[in-house]
Amino acid sequence: MRSDAQNSRRPRTEHWVAPLAETPLQEVDAVDTTGTPRSLWAEAGRSLVRNPVFVISALLILFVLFVAAFPQVFTSQDPGFGDLGRANQPPGPEHPFGTSRQGYDIMARTFWGARTSVIIGFFAMIGSTLIGGTIGALAGYIGGWFDEVISRVTDIFFAVPMILGAIVVATRVGEMSMWTVIVVLSIFGWTNVARIMRGAVISTKSQDYVTSSVALGAGSGTVLLKHVIPNAIAPVIVTATVNLGVFIVAEATLSFLGVGLPTSAVSWGGDISDARDALRTQPSMLFYPSVALAITVLSFIMLGDAVRDALDPKARKR
Amino acid sequence: MLWYIGRRLLQMIPVFLGATLIVYLLAFYTSGDPILTLAGDKPISPAVEQRLREQYNLDQPVLIQWLLYLKSVLTFDLGVGFNGRPLWDQIAAAFPTTFRLAIIAVVVETVFGVAAGMISGLRKGKLIDTTLLMLSLLLIATPTFVLGFLAQFVFGLQLGIAPINVGRDPSWQNLMLPGFVLGGVSFAYVLRLTRTSIAETAGADHVRTATAKGLSRGGVVSKHVLRNSLIPVVTFIGADLGALMGGAIVTERVFNVPGIGTLLFNSINAGEAPMIVSLVTLLVIIFLLSNLVVDLLYGVLDPRIRYAK
Amino acid sequence: MTTTSVNPTPSASPAGSAQPLLEIKDLEITFTTSNGPVKGVRSANLEVYPRETVAIVGESGSGKSTTAMAIAHLLAENGSITGGQILFEGRDITHVSEKEIRVLRGDQVGLVPQDPMSNLNPMWKVGAQIRETLAANGIAKGAEARKRTVQLLEEAGLSDAERRAEQFPHEFSGGMKQRALIAMGLAARPKLLVADEPTSALDVTVQQQILDHLDHLTGELGVAVLLITHDLGLAAERARHLVVMYKGQVVESGPALQLLQDPQHPYTKRLISAAPSLASRRLVSSSQRAEIREQAQENAPVHAEDRLTSPVPVSDTMAPEFGYAEPDTDAVIEVQSLTKSFPIRGKVPWRSTPFLAVDDVSFALRRGTTTAIVGESGSGKSTVAQMVLKLLEPTSGRVLFEGEDVADLRGGRLKALRRRVQPIFQNPYGTLDPMYSIFRTIEEPMRLHGIGDPKSREAKVRDLLDKVALPAAMMRRYPNELSGGQRQRVAIARALALDPEVVICDEAVSALDVLVQAQVLELLNDLQAELGLSYLFITHDLAVVRQIADHTLVMEKGKVVEQGTTDDVFHAPQQDYTKRLLAAIPGGSIPLAGSETIDVEAPEGLADETGGEGDGGPDDIIDPFAQAGHV
Repeated sequence: MRSDAQNSRRPRTEHWVAPLAETPLQEVDAVDTTGTPRSLWAEAGRSLVRNPVFVISALLILFVLFVAAFPQVFTSQDPGFGDLGRANQPPGPEHPFGTSRQGYDIMARTFWGARTSVIIGFFAMIGSTLIGGTIGALAGYIGGWFDEVISRVTDIFFAVPMILGAIVVATRVGEMSMWTVIVVLSIFGWTNVARIMRGAVISTKSQDYVTSSVALGAGSGTVLLKHVIPNAIAPVIVTATVNLGVFIVAEATLSFLGVGLPTSAVSWGGDISDARDALRTQPSMLFYPSVALAITVLSFIMLGDAVRDALDPKARKR
Repeated sequence: MLWYIGRRLLQMIPVFLGATLIVYLLAFYTSGDPILTLAGDKPISPAVEQRLREQYNLDQPVLIQWLLYLKSVLTFDLGVGFNGRPLWDQIAAAFPTTFRLAIIAVVVETVFGVAAGMISGLRKGKLIDTTLLMLSLLLIATPTFVLGFLAQFVFGLQLGIAPINVGRDPSWQNLMLPGFVLGGVSFAYVLRLTRTSIAETAGADHVRTATAKGLSRGGVVSKHVLRNSLIPVVTFIGADLGALMGGAIVTERVFNVPGIGTLLFNSINAGEAPMIVSLVTLLVIIFLLSNLVVDLLYGVLDPRIRYAK
Repeated sequence: MTTTSVNPTPSASPAGSAQPLLEIKDLEITFTTSNGPVKGVRSANLEVYPRETVAIVGESGSGKSTTAMAIAHLLAENGSITGGQILFEGRDITHVSEKEIRVLRGDQVGLVPQDPMSNLNPMWKVGAQIRETLAANGIAKGAEARKRTVQLLEEAGLSDAERRAEQFPHEFSGGMKQRALIAMGLAARPKLLVADEPTSALDVTVQQQILDHLDHLTGELGVAVLLITHDLGLAAERARHLVVMYKGQVVESGPALQLLQDPQHPYTKRLISAAPSLASRRLVSSSQRAEIREQAQENAPVHAEDRLTSPVPVSDTMAPEFGYAEPDTDAVIEVQSLTKSFPIRGKVPWRSTPFLAVDDVSFALRRGTTTAIVGESGSGKSTVAQMVLKLLEPTSGRVLFEGEDVADLRGGRLKALRRRVQPIFQNPYGTLDPMYSIFRTIEEPMRLHGIGDPKSREAKVRDLLDKVALPAAMMRRYPNELSGGQRQRVAIARALALDPEVVICDEAVSALDVLVQAQVLELLNDLQAELGLSYLFITHDLAVVRQIADHTLVMEKGKVVEQGTTDDVFHAPQQDYTKRLLAAIPGGSIPLAGSETIDVEAPEGLADETGGEGDGGPDDIIDPFAQAGHV
């Protein structure tokens, strides 16, 4: 073909045909049976594993989870033991991170603090996702006046920021237990999940495969559970992952403000609050719990980011 | 457009009523008798109890109480606080400081967030984009109070260019550092939103068509990419103003700024329920109003809504 | 047809003598993807002489648009020219700087893009977007540009141009937007206009008007046109010279008529024989259909024992009789005075006006035959399908399945109906649940109806895959791994899993490339003959109807304007609208050896595409389904 074009300048009106050898004809709509079958989730998993952000965040999360499960591996000190006699010590051989104003071993508190944060973050994420997911899915699927009402209820809860709502509750309840914090965060933290679920369900339910399923004779419950939710869940997973980090921040903020867990509890937020006056004298007292908190939250937010990239519908092969 | 405004206003009414009701019920009815909680461990005389009940309308049915309370909020007649000063006077004194703080934060997130987001979005995949993205992740992951202490440590102690504690009647200058800290997380969100939006618009068909018309790269970006992609950003920033007022409680605590947040914090410590409820209600109202403004703004910015039926 | 009159170039003049306006030599374009570099175009050659129209024809993925976009350096960011040359007026512009190519864009090379819906910036008034072109190319500014813009819009055939210029794109119908884009592409009077599928998103009658107008304009202005299209018939009708592309390569090029009548490359031959709009297929299809129908009616299951009720005698209210009578078969589905109205939100919410999407439609679908409903967007054809499927309740009128009103069916009896009437939808990408493997997709209907055990179901799935000519190994795969045609085959297999009697195909082949489309149509015909299926075929494409339907209904604005046997509708259309539709089939009048042509004079008067206020155009009717999801 190349030689044809270059050697002889063909006159304009000529009828020209490419040599068949260079342009072999293929079967119409040939079926490709090579390679292993791969579902969308498997594809997403593959692109996740190749994403360095995911690998870093997953390793960090594994580490944080390990610390939360077995803090005693990293420190032999009792985080609940405060001895004013050893207060305000700088980092040293006996207390690698130093001691706090109440004479707690900061290293022990930093490692044990992971447990509180992880438990609260995890269960608040589960709680808010269940509430928000259910409400959003029903509102989106049923639609009509039901959706209108539910959407306004969502707006109402959205209008009360999580921290403010928790403050008001704390004012009444006094000091909160870990489970109270989880419940309060779930109650004021479900709205973004509900909004995202609603939107995803609305766009999924107009897809032809949903209509097909109805025309096949499937009931609305079956259609919702078997077709709509599995296809609408991806953005919810992303939001829930990021929310886990957000809840950890919220718990720390509440403890920092003194309306969260009791002062006796091991919480990074509380420890940071206690250490705030040591900013000039002994910044390390602030440093360790702050870094632990930031790393934990960062790992979940990075994970959410990586998962979003992997599940992005625009990145999917069409 | 008129119907659009009307619809938004209509939708806001139930939300406003519902949100205030929730705050009210949570504050007064979650557990136990509100007056006894108010009084704490000290025994109080029946006469005082009676007076308190009347003062807070607790002798009325719950819904009536809430309506009366709403009336008192809307008429700025909130009664007298524990320290004898009218609640409204205390709030009015603290409000301007927090408002200034929020304005600084909004300016910070808008100017820096949009600029960084533009750079990132137009150079997607380049080193500067990756760097800015990582920075935004770090900022989002760092709780405001940790960021606050870091800022105090670096700018206050090490560099000595900003005061650690703001103190009474702060100047704009003294509010700069807390303002930057308050706007820090939002800056990261604005950056990411702008980036996504710009990258999306830059790939739109109509942008290619504009290029094909012979427009310069600058012309294409400013007229066809920016204008379209900034609409979601503008709406985010508008709604954020309300959220920042509420979020100021942490920043104000870190920097000892005498604003709404500090007032709220002190009321929490004193267990002054009426003040807490009033402040939270006020913040919720501001939040709702800024969201309403954003909705209307959206209508103005997007001709598809402006001229919709 | 206006082809000959608007192509002013005398056929002999450019040969050899004049310098080509555009010359593409051995062009190679590479895209960097996550799977490594992919060659989108390989050794492509073509020339365009001044004032001449050249068409590149190819299927999706053939590289036709990529080639055209490369001229003005408008490739996607991951694409780049990795070989060959592009010469414009003899000058090599393959690798010139951004600045230099900008000088060419607009006033040397203009573009009319593919999709009118997404190619205007929704934030700016239409006039402003055209003025911008004038300013960028230094043609006019300020008040003068304003005046020129109105002239340009008028020239593009937009009525009331002065007011239209001050409107936003969302106030335009699709056809009007395309006219605005044409005005924009020609605003700076380019020497070459690249028209990338300029009308494929539009209805046929609108398409024809706009192409006629474009022909006329470019002829008058002496603009050369590089037309990109997937439609061989359209290309042959509009261009003097054709370039056929296949998998990134040019396989054949030559004068349009010569290429059609004497194709050399096997791919071109294949394309011509598959193109539904071209004549070669027409004659055979009619006699073939009769054979298929007879065979199907023999094989048609007569479920006397599992009838929903005993057959009701055909009453006087039955739909008008079709041209032929076969008393031994009765109607499987009978539709009587079907009407559906939707409330359309007015300026204020409490004042909604009813919109008649379907207005008094009656017809009968006879066992073992195919009835096609043809219409343009907004004709209500899909709404009829939805009601027949009982996915939508009619406002009035009845749908009878074997004599029984489907409106009365509830619970188990509704489920029984669902089993016997199955749909196949348009969008091959939306029709299969992306989370379900192919096996699960085809098995789902059997599981829902509690048919068989896992083992027998698997055997059935294998059998069904075999019927739709897919290997059994497909079972473990997922929809995202299949091509559009293959997905549509899976959808057919799923529809057949319950051994239905009626299959309702709602634009089932419209989204497919011609070759794949021909293949799927053939499959549908074979299955009908083998299984005795009855089809209700909804489509906008008259050319497709010819290959599959025994009876045809033509719908316009909710009403049936004409119905009869397919032969009658094609050969002796009674209504102006039908004639207009037939005349608009691109390539319908090109004479090919051994085939008949359709010669229908388009009646006077235009389709009302330009008269719209943004709410009157046929492609502007609000789709009630699209709105249902939003609040």
